[in-house]
Formats: sequence, C-alpha cells, structure tokens
Amino acid sequence: MTPDDVISALKTSKLRGRGGAGFPTWMKWNFTKEATGTAKYVVCNADEGDPGAYMDRSVLEGDPHSVLESMAICGRTIGAAQGYIYIRAEYPLAISRLERAIAQAGDMGLLGKDILGSGFDFEIELRLGAGAFVCGEETALLASIEGERGMPRPRPPFPSVKGLWGRPTVINNVETWANVPVIITRGAEWFANIGTEDSTGTKVFALTGRIENSGLVEVPMGTSLRDIVFNIGGGIPNGKAFKAVQTGGPSGGVITADHLDTPIDYTPLQELGSIMGSGGMIVMDETDCIVDIAKFYLEFTVEESCGKCAPCRIGGRKLYNILTGTTKGTGTQEDIEKMRTIGSAMQKASLCGLGQTAPNPILSPLRYFRPEYDAHINDKLCPAGVCKDLIRFEILTDKCIGCGVCARKCPVGCISGERREPHEIDQSQCIKCGECFEVCKFDAVLRA
Amino acid sequence: MATMVNLQINNIAVSVPEGTNVLDAAATANVRIPKLCYHPDLPAWAACGICVVKIEGSNKLARSCALPVAEGMKVITHDPELQEVRRTVIELILSTHPNSCLTCPRNGTCELQTLAADFGIRDQPYEQIIRDIPADTSTPSIVLNPEKCVACGRCVAVCQGVQDVWALEFIGRGDETRMAPAGDILLGDSPCIKCGQCSAHCPVGAIFEKDDTRVLYDAVLDERKHTVVQIAPAVRVALGEAFGMEPGSIVTGKIYAALRRLGFDTIFDTNFGADLTIMEEGTEFVRRFVEGKGALPLITTCCPSWVDYMEKYYPDMIPHFSTAKSPQMMLAAMTKTYYAKQIKTDPSDIFMASVMPCTSKKYEIVRDENMYSSGCQDIDASITTRELARMIKQAGIDFETLPDETVDEALGIYTGAGTIFGATGGVMEAALRTAYYLVTGVDLPGVEFEAIRGLEGIKRATIDIEGAEVRVAVAHNMLNTKIILEEVKSALAAGKEPRTTS
Ligand SMILES: Cc1cc2nc3c(=O)[nH]c(=O)nc-3n(C[C@H](O)[C@H](O)[C@H](O)COP(=O)(O)O)c2cc1C
Ligand code: SF4
Ligand code: SF4
Ligand code: SF4
Repeated sequence: MTPDDVISALKTSKLRGRGGAGFPTWMKWNFTKEATGTAKYVVCNADEGDPGAYMDRSVLEGDPHSVLESMAICGRTIGAAQGYIYIRAEYPLAISRLERAIAQAGDMGLLGKDILGSGFDFEIELRLGAGAFVCGEETALLASIEGERGMPRPRPPFPSVKGLWGRPTVINNVETWANVPVIITRGAEWFANIGTEDSTGTKVFALTGRIENSGLVEVPMGTSLRDIVFNIGGGIPNGKAFKAVQTGGPSGGVITADHLDTPIDYTPLQELGSIMGSGGMIVMDETDCIVDIAKFYLEFTVEESCGKCAPCRIGGRKLYNILTGTTKGTGTQEDIEKMRTIGSAMQKASLCGLGQTAPNPILSPLRYFRPEYDAHINDKLCPAGVCKDLIRFEILTDKCIGCGVCARKCPVGCISGERREPHEIDQSQCIKCGECFEVCKFDAVLRA
Repeated sequence: MATMVNLQINNIAVSVPEGTNVLDAAATANVRIPKLCYHPDLPAWAACGICVVKIEGSNKLARSCALPVAEGMKVITHDPELQEVRRTVIELILSTHPNSCLTCPRNGTCELQTLAADFGIRDQPYEQIIRDIPADTSTPSIVLNPEKCVACGRCVAVCQGVQDVWALEFIGRGDETRMAPAGDILLGDSPCIKCGQCSAHCPVGAIFEKDDTRVLYDAVLDERKHTVVQIAPAVRVALGEAFGMEPGSIVTGKIYAALRRLGFDTIFDTNFGADLTIMEEGTEFVRRFVEGKGALPLITTCCPSWVDYMEKYYPDMIPHFSTAKSPQMMLAAMTKTYYAKQIKTDPSDIFMASVMPCTSKKYEIVRDENMYSSGCQDIDASITTRELARMIKQAGIDFETLPDETVDEALGIYTGAGTIFGATGGVMEAALRTAYYLVTGVDLPGVEFEAIRGLEGIKRATIDIEGAEVRVAVAHNMLNTKIILEEVKSALAAGKEPRTTS
C-alpha cells in the first residue's frame, strides 16, 4: 500500500479518534503528510488520566504490538522516522511489556533501520509522564516530551502542522492506534460496517460504579446505554433503582433513565450535554447524591488544573467551593446562577479541554436534577442521604424498645439509654456514619 | 516585503502583514481588544482568556493574541456574549486579587485596575480568596509579592526567553500557581541578576522596584549630612516623559532645579564618572594590548546586571572583564574621597544618592566590598527615574514650569575625556578612542560598525592601531551578549587568541 492508499483506507473506515474529541483520524494523518518539513513525528498518547479509566492500559498490556505496528504504518505514511509513546509512570506493567515488545520488534526487523528490507527506518521511544491529568492534553503532552512544564499551548497551530519541536506531528490515543492494523488487514469496508453511519468500529468503556458486572466492555458504536448497563453490565445491584450514568469522566455529564436508549455516539451524547470522552462510564443509583458526585469531579479538575489560564484556575476553585457550600447547607439559589455564569465563561474562555469541560459535571445534572439541587439549597436536605451535614439520625421514642444494639454498634459511643428504655443520640458527637440506622431492627432510627 | 493578508475585523476590511496576530490586526481597524497577559515584547502566552474573539466558521472562541491572521478571516471582537465572558473572567481574577489599589506601587499604572475601570466593575460577586504568601524582599532591587500575581507569565517569559537568566519559574499548579525561582528559594539566593525586566513587564503590582525614596527624604532632613546627588544622562530624557512631556524632551536644567528644591546640597552629573571609566578602561586596554599585561579580549559593561550575569554564567571569563568601576561608582568613590577632603568633611557625613534609569543600580551599590572604597558605603541610595518623578510630585514642585538651573562643577575640575574623545556610541567606543589616542597620539577617525545580518543588537568593527588589527563587538541585551561570549569562548578554546575587545 502506498501512503495515499493508507490515507484512503482510513478515510473509508471513518475511524475517529478515541481520545475524546473524535476527530477523523485520516484527516490528522493527511494534514501531517501534506505538511512540509524535514522531520516529522508520530506520538502515542498513553497518559490515560481519567479517574477509573483503564482501557488504554489493557491494550498496552495485552497487545502492545498493535500500537507499535500502527505507529510504524503511520510513520511510513506521513514520512516520519521517529515515534514516541508518552505513558504514565504509574503503569509499570504496561511499560515493561512495551519495552519488551519494542525490543522484539527490533529483533524481528519490524522496527529500526530498513524495516522488512523496505528502506524505511522507524524507531519508537518511551517517555514517562509524571501522572498529571493535563499532560494527556496533546499540546501539554508535547511540551512535556520537549522537557518543558506540561502546560497546554494555544491551537492553532495544531500539532499536525506544528507539533513536537515545532515539527508536523500525528498524535493519537492508544485505542485509536490499536484500530489501525485491523483496518489495514481486514479492510476499511469491513470496519465501516461496524457501528453507525457516523461512527464506525467499536469502543471500549470502563464500566464502574453501582453495577453488577464492572469491568471493560467493548461494544459497537451506537449500542444503547440500556444495553450496556442492563444486559452487559447486569444492572444495578441490591435491587436499587438506576439514577444516571456519567460518561466522559470529569469532562462529561450525566445521562438519565429517560435517555437510556440513546445510542452511544459522539453527537447524541453531546446533544444531551455529556460527551463520549475516552470511555469512562460510571453508573449511579438512588443512593448517589448528584451534588456530591459533581463535587468529586470538580475536586479532581481543581487539583489537576495546570494553573495557566484564569478561567480554569480560578473558576474551577469557585465552582468547587460553591458545591461544597451546597453540600453543607449554606448554598443559595443565587449560587446556581453564579455556577452557570462561571461555568459558561470557563467553557468559552479556558485554553484547553480540561477547563472547557470542567463545568460539565455541574451544568449537565443541573438540566436533569435541578430538584435535587433545590432540596440541598432550600430544604437543607440531601435526598440520597449522602451529604453528611444535611442528614441527622434520630431515635423515635415510640418505636425504640431499648434493645441497645445501636449503642453497642455506634463507633463513637454517642448513643445512650437505660435497657428497655428509649435511647438517645448525642447530636454533638454523632459522625453520621449511619451504623445505628442500618442495625436497628425496629425502624426506630430515623434518617432526616 | 511581507505578504499581506486580507481579513475583516467587525466587517471592517484590513490588510496586514502575514504572521500578524488578530489582536494587532484589530488595532489597525481602530479596534482595541482588551487583554491582560499579552505584552507586545513577548511571545503570546495565551493565558488570561480576556482577548477572546469569534472567528466565523468556528464554534470556539479564539485568543486573538495567539491567533495569526488568515486570508479571508472574519473576526468579531465585541458582542454581548464576548463582553459577558470577559467580564466574568475579570471578576474571577479580581476575586483573587487584594483590594489594595490605594497603597499599591502600581496604583494608576496597573493594567488590571484599568480593565476593572473600563468594564465598570462595581462589586465582587465571587468569594474573595487571597493567598497569604509573604513577599520576597531578598534582593536590593525588586520585590516579588505573589499575593498580587495574576499569573500572566510575563516575568517568566522575559527572565527566561529575553534575559536568558532563568531566575523565575512557574511553581505549583492550579490555583496555587505562582512565580518564584526554581526550587522555591529566595530571589536573592537565585541566579537573578536584578535587571528589573520582570518588574518592567508585570501588569500589576506583583513584582515592583524597591522604593528607596524614604532614605533620601531622611538624609536631606538630616542637618549633619552633606547631601550629594548624581544623575545619569539617561534620566534627563526619561524624566520629561514621566511628566507627560514630549518624548525626548531634554529637561536637564529643570532636574537640577528640582533636586536643589528637594534639598540636595550638591548635584553632580554622572557623565564625569563616565569620563573616568573611559580613561581607566582605555588605559587598561593599552596595558593589556601593548604591554601584554592581562587577558584579552577585554570585556566591559557599565550595567551591573550584565556583570552579574557574566559572573554567574561565565565565571571562567572573569579575567577578561575590565576592572574599571562603572560611572556611578567612579563618581561616588571620588566624591567620598577626593571631594570629601576638598570640602573638609568626613565621608561618613556625606550622603550620596544616585538617580539612575534602572533598578540594577540599587544592587550595584552594595554588590561587594569595592563599593565601600571610602570606608563607608560609597552610594547610600540609588533611585530610579520613576522614584524621582514621585518625589518631585510629592514635594509639590511644578516641574514643567521650573526655571533651569546648572549642575555643580564636578569636584572643581573641568571635565575632560568625554568631550575630548567625543563620547558617542557608549563607553566601549569612547574607551577605544581613548586607547587609540594614548597609543597613537591622534584622534581615532570614525569607526565603521557593520551590522550583522539577522542579528539585531550586535555590531562589529575592525580598526587599525599602528598596524595591529583590533576587532570590536558591541552587544545589546543578554542573549546577544551570550552569542558573543560563546564565540569568544570557543575561539579561545580552539587556541586562537582573538585580539578582540567587546
Ligand atoms: C485535560 C485533557 C486530558 C486528556 N487526556 C488524554 C489522555 O489521557 N489520553 C488521550 O488519548 N487523550 C487525552 N486527551 C485528548 C488529547 O488532547 C488528544 O485529543 C488525543 O490524544 C488525540 O488522539 P485521538 O485523535 O486519537 O483521539 C486529553 C485532553 C484533555 C483536554
Ligand atoms: S484550561 Fe486549565 S488545565 Fe487547561 S490550560 Fe487552562 S488552566 Fe491549564
Ligand atoms: S530581575 Fe531580571 S533576572 Fe531577576 S527575576 Fe527579574 S527578570 Fe529575572
Ligand atoms: S508576577 Fe507579574 S508578571 Fe509575573 S506572572 Fe505575576 S502578574 Fe505576571
């Protein structure tokens, strides 16, 4: 196959990037191929920083050669002789398997000088990342390889024109790379027949949270969420009710029961205010608090913000603090408006995807779970019973028979009472662990 | 000629050279896009998010500072949505910035203050979070106050990219980001050369020049002190600008008058010190060149920051540096020794101040024991043009209408070398003329400097001194100095002895 044949196969296959944005892979390769310049580079993004996601790790541990082969194909297509795999140092097994695979490929003449006697040279080196989430953003990743601080740079210019050391660079996600050799061997049409018209092939998701079978699932694009959660995932454990699925990790939003039949695809998810992202999928049930979950994600993005741009650096902190207030009962309706204003400025004026998408875990649930926010704000109540400052355990005197089980179980010993007499909780000492609520056989402990 | 690119800014057609950014292109259509982190001297860092604009065909806002123009581009710079985004970003920045404008050194010249005023911001909708980090006052020249930092990155860009010193770095992440020397040590312990470029580029009061005006007020009020002040030639031009006069207005006579009204007993011109430096350096060159005593090439500079830079980054080249003091220190040493004897005053009873164009002179006056040649500190305080302007305003002196006065004759001797050798083109050239005169007994004919293509800020010349070829190079700014030093270093290492002075 000539370089043009490869590009045309990728075009027919309609493969889109699996790293989050879903950009057509053939276009990236073609831009870089067409770009003028002596040195060009091929980069594999194996920084995988979404909390709970490990799709890329499994590919690298299970089939590292698929990525190496793919990068070499790309090198030959665009005219690059050097590839880098940027992988987080927290993946020691994947690193050692990659190292071994690179050595093997070198020994077999599949990497290095004059590959398979074709006259084409291609080397691959590993670069270890220190595990900052933002280093997964392509421009920050390239800066990091260059030895600079991992901070995003403005685009344009895009890496395909001006990437590593200012040279045209193709950067793709691990899963994207792993798809290419299959497309070449089994044919672009075969690949294009899997999935939907717009999005072809399969996608791997890391299914976690309140789900019977958690783990990695690979499904054709367009599969419905219902299928993934209830058939493949086996539904919600302990007979609890399904509440929502968070897709796209800290950059995404929630999909509610009403939208369970949505096909998993880039556009439909975006229309619902979420994103496909790299494939994190966290299932929530009725015991999960929507405000608390948003707070969890914001805590993550605030920690991971590189601090370069003002909207993300300051806005993220503000959002997090407002959410914290909401979970503590000091939130106001005005706060909701503030979150909308800040969130919108962050989406529009942040430099990179981290800041642009960080408000999604708030703005998306605000569309579907506004009453739950209102309960926290107006009634100082957490309907799911998660926000500790908003719950109270009380013993109902008319129901308590004075068996004393709760008093024995309370880890801080703040329940007192005579035997056979109604017991009482010392509210000032209670840590709201809910142990008493769980153990009382007479429904005498009230959670309010 | 650069290729021109045609685009539309708010439906106004403009044509600008290829490579221009959208922010500058908008300026040609009389449109000013607000910004905070961007500075025309520095590469666009694209951090603040205030200069965002809409580009037709894109659903994302773009940072106009970092976006090069493209043929046919259609830009919207102002609409309600953009103003709302900018306003929110400014409000967010203000929520992390102390409300201390009235007592801030940048009051009235702060770019954030101007933005807040232009956007008519009247309240603080967001929770105020001010970081409580102590200011770094460890250098004599500049103060770093991270509390006010807006993380625009300009100081880091200028310190690393322009000065090539790398004293400042980004420290921390997220909202803990701040600028400090790598390893979070004090600036005084860092490679900082006190050039003050960071403070000159900081948009707010987060890095600023140390204020030493108080020391001057105390001295002029002290009856026992004989107060002397010297002013550098560059101040004469710059001070006029500080009072809103035409750039380039020479206000020498008014400065002398103002300094007398401020209470100084004697006023000297640093030019006399320059004459001494020139004579000394010329003689030193002759000694090294003719008598072979000392290393060649001879390297000279009057800027203490350059000296500091070279000592830190090129310690092996120290034997090549001229041993002559800079003009301000020359004049000060003479004042507290020779002049002190003439007026029969103990040097410890003389207070010497200097008015200089830059902050690094504050550092020079205490840099080592040679700056105490009179037995006490030769210069007690050095202030910048800006500090002098403030003092004049504080004293209620109506500068513009002040009648001209004259300088005190330096040490009672009529000044020489500067006029004899026609000190144009800086101290190096004047020293060369002096050397030429000392060797040949005649004036050096005009020196033909050749500009070096692609390297603005370096010029070279070759002159003939009695049959011997002398090559000279003059470098402006740190990076160019480095280029020359590297060249000299590799020539020396290669065993060639370049008969060069630079
Ligand atoms: C904050 C942030 C983190 C990212 N992390 C990753 C990552 O860990 N792995 C990845 O492949 N892409 C990540 N991306 C997306 C990359 O910027 C880039 O779009 C991707 O590597 C392109 O590859 P693709 O076209 O194959 O999807 C991240 C983006 C952002 C904004
Ligand atoms: S959006 Fe956040 S992570 Fe991205 S450049 Fe700005 S501060 Fe850094
Ligand atoms: S004074 Fe100069 S060297 Fe020191 S930190 Fe500022 S820019 Fe860097
Ligand atoms: S100290 Fe000043 S110049 Fe440096 S980043 Fe902060 S605000 Fe910008």
